[in-house]
Amino acid sequence: METRRDFLRTAVVAAATATLGEVALGAASKIPSPDRRGILCDLTACIGCRSCEAACRKEHGLSSVSSLSELGRSNVPERRRPSPDALTVVNEYKHPNGAGSPTFVKVQCMHCDYPACESACIVGAISKKESGPVLWDTDKCIGCRYCMVACPFQIPSFQYDTALKPDIVKCDFCVHRTEKGGVPACVEICPVEALTYGRRSALIEIARKRIENYPDRYRDHVYGEFEAGGTSYLYLAKTDFKELEFPSLKREPMPGTSESIQHGIFAYFVPPISLYSLLGGLMWINKNRQKAEEETTE
Amino acid sequence: MSTLTTPEPLTKKYITPGVIILAILAFNGIAFVLARLFFGIGAVTNLSDQYPWGLWIGVDVAAGVALAAGGFTSAALGHVMHREDYHAIVRPALLTAMLGYTFVALGVMIDIGRWYYIWHPLLMWNGNSALFEVGICVIIYMTVLYIEFLPIVTERFMGRVQLKGILSILNRPLESLLRTLDRTLSKTMFLFIIAGIVLSTLHQSSLGTLMIIAGPKIHPLWQTPVLPLLFLLSAVAVGFPMVIFESLLASRSFGLKPEMHILSKLGTMVAPLLGIYLAFKLGDMVIRETFVYLLEPTTESVMFILEVALGVVLPLRMFLSRAVVRSPLWLFVASMLVILGVLLNRINNFIVAYTPPYATGGYFPSVGEISVTVGFVALLVLVYRFLVKVFPIISVEQRHTSPVTKYSIRGTAK
Repeated sequence: METRRDFLRTAVVAAATATLGEVALGAASKIPSPDRRGILCDLTACIGCRSCEAACRKEHGLSSVSSLSELGRSNVPERRRPSPDALTVVNEYKHPNGAGSPTFVKVQCMHCDYPACESACIVGAISKKESGPVLWDTDKCIGCRYCMVACPFQIPSFQYDTALKPDIVKCDFCVHRTEKGGVPACVEICPVEALTYGRRSALIEIARKRIENYPDRYRDHVYGEFEAGGTSYLYLAKTDFKELEFPSLKREPMPGTSESIQHGIFAYFVPPISLYSLLGGLMWINKNRQKAEEETTE
Repeated sequence: MSTLTTPEPLTKKYITPGVIILAILAFNGIAFVLARLFFGIGAVTNLSDQYPWGLWIGVDVAAGVALAAGGFTSAALGHVMHREDYHAIVRPALLTAMLGYTFVALGVMIDIGRWYYIWHPLLMWNGNSALFEVGICVIIYMTVLYIEFLPIVTERFMGRVQLKGILSILNRPLESLLRTLDRTLSKTMFLFIIAGIVLSTLHQSSLGTLMIIAGPKIHPLWQTPVLPLLFLLSAVAVGFPMVIFESLLASRSFGLKPEMHILSKLGTMVAPLLGIYLAFKLGDMVIRETFVYLLEPTTESVMFILEVALGVVLPLRMFLSRAVVRSPLWLFVASMLVILGVLLNRINNFIVAYTPPYATGGYFPSVGEISVTVGFVALLVLVYRFLVKVFPIISVEQRHTSPVTKYSIRGTAK
């Protein structure tokens, strides 16, 4: 008896995990290409010159707002965020002691391996490309801003002041350059080589080697290697990433829970169809019962 | 039938001081909608990259859908459970749901940046997106609600199509169209009614799934994997209070006798439904041990306590009392508390609980946002008032002795 019950239990558990496992795979099951590209951003090297901001603006035709002369270390306010006028920004974080040198943090889309924005988008206007970038499609977008709600890094920006056709704006990894074998504009311009473009797996190796060779210079943490399932942008820093206001995220991809719920509710349309049949059956039984009651009372 | 009441178009005059106030509010809202269309969302709202969703999504859409739940709960009671005694509430609830969803769609349209692309989800699918499911279900359900309303239209106009002048050539085709509709619909209506209930359970719950992907941006008091279940349970619980609230309001406004014999019975069903919701809400809290956050004096903890104590526990206690359920006034108050509780819950889930990682300030709706929301509610009431004067929706005590059936009307039609 005992063994049989055990067997049954195992069988049930196995079946449940099999179905749930299958159900839980959504976009999260789309395994990113091992060849995908990334950018390693070494914050210990960044001098906060903001040339990357300027290059990015020029590359995307956004130079209207500020010219290169405005750039420079003296003019780096804190907590700036990417906006429709700037797809990337560099923020300054003072040394905790006040005396040490500050850290500059370049902010832009992280190009997640399992993007929350892609999973959330109502019309599938955002997609993760095999080569790494997460791109937005203007022909599909309806401007609902759910991607902004979903993004754990608070990256997508919206043109609130455009009446007719507002865009969702974010870093596009300079695909128009990388497709032709080039590197993104920010990487190209960086005078101190704080940015390295390449295959993500190779970048992780480089990052690990730097940490190994200079343990005093780096904290043993490659931000983006595992955060939210991994991102294309990878960061190295001397300080704790929390102090630089990087969000503390788990290893699980952001879309995990919501996608398992969605796929559970719609598993092969079984739950909705069962509910439909159940309600139909109830309706029929109640109608007949009432008819029978009326006949007996008459 | 043993009931003494039948649905009839109401005859009371349309314009009252209240109606004038509502019209002013509606025009004010429309003015801001026009401003939004001509100058962009940023010109009218306090929305930003930090707070992409605000009052319009939290109240017009999320709360709007929940408060239109009376449509499917009363359809389940009247048609699936086949309780003839509740038929008097089915039509008003149907009309409210139909108008409610229409205004939800309008609310979505002005909130999305490219309103003219609202049809995109019909062609461009993303099965992973909870919002996609909500969108598709709402579109289909709205269509179903309009189909469910059609028999009321045929009942009203069959045999009475008398267009004047040139349009009179249309009389005969219109008449036969109404008859065909009436014949087909009476045979197939059950399919639509069941579909409406299934679609409602699907999107009411998926509205709860929406904020799950926002992960740590949502305060732990609300962020839970059972959010879809909590949304469904609260929508089911608010359905009957909403029907009671409207019925009492309508009978007062039109000078009819409140239908307490039905409303009291409906009232007795609210307590168990609220109880189930409360049990899951508190159970989830105990399991995730989020009660620790209640001790922190934050906006979130105060709003959570308000939502649960005033919006769930207090009305639950009230609905358990026989005296409350029998008194129109107290029944009205208790129902209103449940409605406020669900409204507060949706506001909390979508607005209060949302903290962006790089916040530089808070979000509070602008005058424009509030004006549009209030304007839409006012407009909804005005359209409702108009439609109950045109169509047989609200049940009125029969005054004439000879009952007029639709068949006799057909026979005498010219």
